[in-house]
Formats: sequence, structure tokens, C-alpha cells
Amino acid sequence: MSTVAVDVRPPLWRRLIGFNLLTGIVLGVAGWYVGWYLAHAISAASLDYFSAVDYNELSVALAYIFGVLGFLIGLGFLNYPIARLRGYPPSLREKETGGVGRYFSLCTDHKVVGIQYLIGIGVFVFIGGVNAMLIRAELLSPTREIFPAGTYLTIVGVHGTMMMGMMTSGILGPFGNYLVPLMIGARRMAFPRIEALTFWILMAGGTILETTIFFGGFPTGWTGYAPLNIEANVGMVCYILFFALVGISMTLLGLNMIVTILTMRAPGLTWTRLPIFVWGVLSTSTLMVLAAPVLIATLLMALLDRTAQTNFFIPSQGGSSYLYENLFWFFGHPEVYILALPGFGIVLELLPVFARKPLWGYRLAVAGMLGVALLSFFVWQHHLFVSGMNADLRPFYILSTELISIPTGFTFLCGMMTLWRGRIRYSVPMLFALAWFFNFLIGGLTGVFLSDAPSDVTTHGSFFSMAHFHYTIMGGLVFTFFAGIYYWVPKMTGFMLNETLGKVHFWMMFVFFNLTFFPLFIAGFLGQPRRVVTYPKNLQFLNDWVSVCAFVLGASMLVFIYNFVKSMLFDRVPAPANPWGSKSIEFQLPSPVPVHDFDRIPVFSGDPYGYGEAPTPVIVPAGAPAGRD
Amino acid sequence: MSTPASTGQGGDDAVWTKHAKRVLLAWLVLSAIGTPIIWFVLGPHLPPGKGSVQAAGQVFDNTVLTAVLTPVIALLVVFFVYALTQFRAESSTDLTDGPPMRNDSTVQTWWVAVTGVVVLFLAGFGTYELLKDGSGGGQGPSPIAKVSGSNLQVQVIAQQWEFTYRYPSYGGLETSQLELPANTTVVLHVTSLDATHSFWARQLGVKADANPGVDNVVYVQTKNPMAFDIHCAELCGLWHGYMFDTGHVVQASEFASWIKQQQQVFASIAKYMPKYATFYYPDPQRRAG
Repeated sequence: MSTVAVDVRPPLWRRLIGFNLLTGIVLGVAGWYVGWYLAHAISAASLDYFSAVDYNELSVALAYIFGVLGFLIGLGFLNYPIARLRGYPPSLREKETGGVGRYFSLCTDHKVVGIQYLIGIGVFVFIGGVNAMLIRAELLSPTREIFPAGTYLTIVGVHGTMMMGMMTSGILGPFGNYLVPLMIGARRMAFPRIEALTFWILMAGGTILETTIFFGGFPTGWTGYAPLNIEANVGMVCYILFFALVGISMTLLGLNMIVTILTMRAPGLTWTRLPIFVWGVLSTSTLMVLAAPVLIATLLMALLDRTAQTNFFIPSQGGSSYLYENLFWFFGHPEVYILALPGFGIVLELLPVFARKPLWGYRLAVAGMLGVALLSFFVWQHHLFVSGMNADLRPFYILSTELISIPTGFTFLCGMMTLWRGRIRYSVPMLFALAWFFNFLIGGLTGVFLSDAPSDVTTHGSFFSMAHFHYTIMGGLVFTFFAGIYYWVPKMTGFMLNETLGKVHFWMMFVFFNLTFFPLFIAGFLGQPRRVVTYPKNLQFLNDWVSVCAFVLGASMLVFIYNFVKSMLFDRVPAPANPWGSKSIEFQLPSPVPVHDFDRIPVFSGDPYGYGEAPTPVIVPAGAPAGRD
Repeated sequence: MSTPASTGQGGDDAVWTKHAKRVLLAWLVLSAIGTPIIWFVLGPHLPPGKGSVQAAGQVFDNTVLTAVLTPVIALLVVFFVYALTQFRAESSTDLTDGPPMRNDSTVQTWWVAVTGVVVLFLAGFGTYELLKDGSGGGQGPSPIAKVSGSNLQVQVIAQQWEFTYRYPSYGGLETSQLELPANTTVVLHVTSLDATHSFWARQLGVKADANPGVDNVVYVQTKNPMAFDIHCAELCGLWHGYMFDTGHVVQASEFASWIKQQQQVFASIAKYMPKYATFYYPDPQRRAG
């Protein structure tokens, strides 16, 4: 940048004024108070009715809703609709060129949104991880309490809710937004403003969940079972609004992905040439669009029960706690596959690159993902085997749940056969992808115990089920999330991550992940229920072991953060265009990818897995000229 | 299970068949050693112990599942140890391609068939075990897996944050301790007064959610006298972690005298007790948490 350009730039205070994150926060706080006073104006008379609680609940709920609206207005989400109403011509892009400022404002560049997601989700997941450390600190002793019981439950709830809510978009947010347009040869997502909206809604939601501590927290864990969620104190509203916002964000994100993949594929990119990661995104998006609205509706009902004296979930008034459980798990089980399926996609995307072989059984792998997606809507009552609900339907849910292991097995077979006779390179992304097989195997097979109703009586609601889903979600999703980071971040930022630190991170994380969570299966077998602040004395050694290992597991995340900050901000080793020798299209572009992605829309003549085959050029530059959307 | 027939170029087919045979052999040996060890050595120690017929059924169930899954784990372990050590690139910069194998319908068919058979077996076995005696799980108000014969009805009432027990055949007596006679079929009716709880009597192999307004029925056939742990297994609010207790299975004579003693202890409040019902609704405006 020349010195002349610097002189021309307005002073800093002038540049901070405008539609950006700062304005968003200011208007968000202002909106919060508008909502607060509005609610008091509406229902001040009913304050006495809530004599048992400290706040007028409606005011808290409305305050947050208005706060979110103010935040989004401050970011500039209303500018475009208003401009259209005033007769300005349509435009697809906003703030796509420019400096660091784009990352702190509404930007419709899918690459900027991808990086926003990566950092934003990273921050909230880090907070969720700190909560996990606090949980393990509390469980060092069976009797001595570091936190009061209520605080402990809030920590447990925030940990679970934050992780579940944020990591649903953990792969689709950063890597889906960044890579799907590149992989299908498009220059943008189908709905760029909605793409930006999903991110900022999620950030507003995460902040709301954190503020639950100012309202006494919530005691329900991430499942928020009724009628406890109706009885609970006002912090519950933060949980409800957080998850509802996550649901809105998920629905929009999924819709955007589906439309993009269905309509914007470049010439020649047939369904059997689509990168397998895109198939993973597509199947996940389908689940998001079909499952998340149920969550939003459920939480709205819970909010009405709390604020408007409806009785959806209050049995003594004609409601039903079963209704909540049914609705929640109808969302909740597809949700866990929303977490798992992008991981399948990343693993199968990475194996061909690092084994130097084509993806084996492409169609089987696709069938596996679609099969999991379809079946995941028919299994939700396995969470309710001992609830007494529809007990005569249990054989059906045993069968449907265990059937899911067949399409999941497809993913394993395709991965294993891709490795067979390969020439495997153990780069950091590959290590994380390979760890997925071990972790997901344990997670999947322990799931068989939970899917079998008689065994489930032993293990339901114990640390066994907790260890099971940490193996599938942390072992399945978070490991592939890191595989994606090590694999694609050089492409996204243009800087390599340190390989040695990456390996230290991997081995620390892999070893101590297993040392942390495997003993928890035993703790569950020995009778430790989930979410307890105290436990039998004979389980102390096991719990102390787990806590110490969990702290090292937490420290491995610090190694990663150190590596990330050091590599991105200080070392700044430029990444080559294709650091892994991949045949995928995004690695044929410069690092980082230029603003307009492609000078010419590419034409595909094969899938990106042609390793060892006749060297066919993957992209033939042709088609639309530069600059056209 | 997965013998990859060699397709495409990139090597002598016989060599690769040899690799596959080695994996297969190692898997067979490991499974043949591992499965009996799991069945005979680990199996008897699997939870929840043999405190009741239902608990023993769960131990059997857990043993069968573990034994069936052992060869699956063995296959994956053998495969990955073999593949990851044998099929290495020379260095991290070695970009030589492997053979372009893209598919093999024989392997696919075998894989789908075998996983299908295993899954159907597990589902069938689980269903059979479940329907035999209910396996100690809550079955809702109209159970399908009943245990016939004479039985003792006991109501488990969960509230924040304790369990109490009513014996309808002893005048609706409500106690704060759970004692059950040995070698008896007990029908537990689990319900809640407030939030959702879950009644978990671990060594009896009993777990049933306690929902307000719901009568969740569990059958359990007690065996010899013993003590068992009771926990709440569903997050129910502030003191969920402290919602535990110890129950006892005692000889029939001991049980009779215990009931008599309890009736005397609670005689003074008997007239204030609500009439025995399958569930209760206390003050609807009660808020807690």
C-alpha cells in the first residue's frame, strides 16, 4: 500500500461509524432496553402474578428479541431491503473488497463468512471447553464442592448447549461456506445475505447464552426437559432464545446450502462428480432444514408456557412432558447426525489425497450418507426407552436405530478400501482423519448398547451414554473439524500451520481424549449418573484420573491456539497453492483464494479423485467471463 | 470379511491377495481368542450384576452384545494396524499415486450382507430379551411385557429431590425407605410430583422415568436379600446429584415385620395422606428449580 493511499483514508473514528459490528453492539444494547421497557409497559400489571420469581419474564424475553433485532439492524441487514423499497437496483454483493473491516461487518463474500464462522465459533467453543474444565474440576472430589450445586448445573448446561449449538454449524459454517461454492465452481452462495445472516444470528445467540449467568443460569442441561424448563428461573429464557436462534441459523444455512448445490453447479459437475464433502454438506443441510424448525417451534411453546401462561408442557394443566421429549428428540436425533455427517464428508475427502488413491466406492459412500440422513428421522424414541412412552414401539426403535449402523458401515468400508494399497502420508490433517475411524468405531459400537432396549436400561442416563456421545461428537466431529482446519486453513488464509506443533497437538489430543473418555464408560457401568455434582466415594479414583486427563486434553487445545496464532500472525509462512498435492479444485486456485474465486467458471470433466489414473485435467477454463455473477 | 480382489494396474495380484489373506488370518485368530475371553472372563463382571431376574437378563444381554462386537473391533484393529504400517508413502513429499481401485462389487455385497445379518440378529435378540420380561425398563401405564403370577405392587413417587414409596396393599402406606421381599415379583409404579426424574435401582436392573401425571410400570423379580443403590438418572433440578438412597431386598418374614413397624411409625399422619392413585397433582402453581 502506498503512503498516498494511507493519507487519503479517513481517521479511525470516522471509519468506525457506519454499519458494522460496533454499531451492531450499540444498537443491540439499545434494543435490549427498548424491549425491556416495552414489556413492562405491556405486562407491568401482571408482575404480581410472578411473585415467585425475581423478574418479569416477558421483559427478559422481549429485551433479548429486540436486542437481536437492533444488533442485526446495526450490522446493516435492513439497508438492502430498504434500498430496494426505495427503488435502488438489486445487488448481490456487499463489502466484499476492503481490509480487515469486512470481517467485522455484514459481508456477502462466502470466503469472508467462512473465516468469520471459524473464528466466531472457535471463540464460543473455547468458552464451552472452559466450562468442561470447570466440570472436571468440580468432579475431582466426590463431596467437596468447588461450585454451589446450582452454579455447577449452569456450567454443565452452558457447556452442553454451547457445544451442541455452535458445533452444529462447526463444519458447515466455516468449511461449508468457504468451500462449497469453490468445489461446485460457483462464485458465491445462492443467498449471500442470508449466508451472512446465519453467522451473525449465531453470534448473537452465543452471547445471549453466556448472559444466562446474570439471570441465575438454568438447571436443565442441554436437553431442557419439561416441566423443569417451565419451573426453572429466568436464566432459562437465555437457553430458549439461544437454541431458537441456533435453529433459525441452522434452517437458513441448510436452505442456502441446498439451493446452492442444487442450482449453481458448474458445467460438467454431475452428481457423481461432486466432491464427497459436498455430499456430506448436502445430506447435513437436508437434516437441518427438516429438523431445526421443530426445535424452534418447541422452544417457542416453552417460551409461551413461561411467559404467556400456556400449558403445552405442564401435565397438571393438561399439557404433557412427553410432548416436549418427543418434539425435542425429533429434532435432537437428526441433530446428532447433523454433527456427524460433515465429519464423514471430511474424512472421505481427505483419505484419497493422503493415500494417493481414488475414493473407493463413491456411490456407496453417497448412499451411506443419504441412508444415515433418512434413517435418522426414525430413531428418536431410543432416547426414551425407559420413559414409559410408547413402550410397545420399542422393538421398532431398536431395529431402526441398529439399521443406521449399515449406512455408517458404508463410510467405514469406503474409507478402509481407499487406504488399502494406498501410499499413505501421515500429515497432520490425515492423522486427525485417521483418528476418526478409531473414535467413531468406539462411539458407534457403544451406541449399540444404548440402542438395545435391555442394555439401555443399564446404561441410560449414566456416564456411559455421556462417554458414548463424546466419542461420536468430540471424537467424530471435533477431530474432523481439526482435520479440516489443518487441511484447508492454509488455503483460506494463505499461511501454513506449523507441522510439528500440529503433530504435538494431535498426539496430545488423541491420547488424552481416549484416556479421558474411555474410563467414563466404566464409570457409567459402575453407576455414576450424568450431570451429578456428587458421586459415590469408590468412583473417586476413576473421576480424578478422568479430570487430570481432561486437563491435559484442554491443554492440547492451548497448543493448537498457540500454533494458530503463531502461524497466522507471527510466522506467516506463505502457503503454496497446493500444499497437499490434492486434485480437488480449490487447490488449483491461489492461496488465499481471490475475491472473485474464478476468472472463468470452470468446466468439470471428472471427479476430484483421479489419483493414479490417466492425468486428466480436472478444470478446463471456459464459460463465463470474469466478473459475472 | 473384506478380501479386496485386486483390480486395475499397479502391482502383482497375487501379492495383494497375500496381503488380504494375512489380514483375514490375523482377524480370525484375534477373534477366536478374543471372543471367548470376552464371553467367559469379562461377561460375568458386566453390569448390573445378578441381583434380580431382570438384572441377570441385562448382564446376559450386555455379554452377548460385547461378544458380537468383539470380532468387529478385531477386524478394524487388524485392518488399520496392517494397512497403516504396510501401505506407507516413502516420505511426506512422496506424491507417487497408488493403484486406481474405484470399486469392487464383491466386497460391497459381502460387507452389506454381513453387516445386515449382524444388525438383524442384534435387533431380533434385543427384541426377544425385551419382550421376555420387560428387562427392568419402564413400560408406561399399559405394559406389554408382563411377568405373570402373584406380585407385590409398590409405587415409587419422585419429587424434588427424593423418592418415597407407597404400598397400596398395606393401606397405601408411604415410606421414605424402599424394602422389597426376596424372591418376589414386584410391580413398581413410578410417577413424579414435579419435574421429570428417573428411578434407577442399579443392582436390581431397574430404570424408569418418573413423569408427572404418568404411571410408568416396571416388573422386577427379586432374588436373594441384598442392598441396592437408588439414583435419580434424569436431571431434575438443583439437588439432582444428591437424589440417591439405598434400598434393600429382605427375607419375606423380615419384610412383614418391617411393614408393621413402618405402619406404626406413620400411623399418626395416615389420615392426612391423599388416597392412593396412579399419579398425583400437587399444587399446580408450585414452582421450584
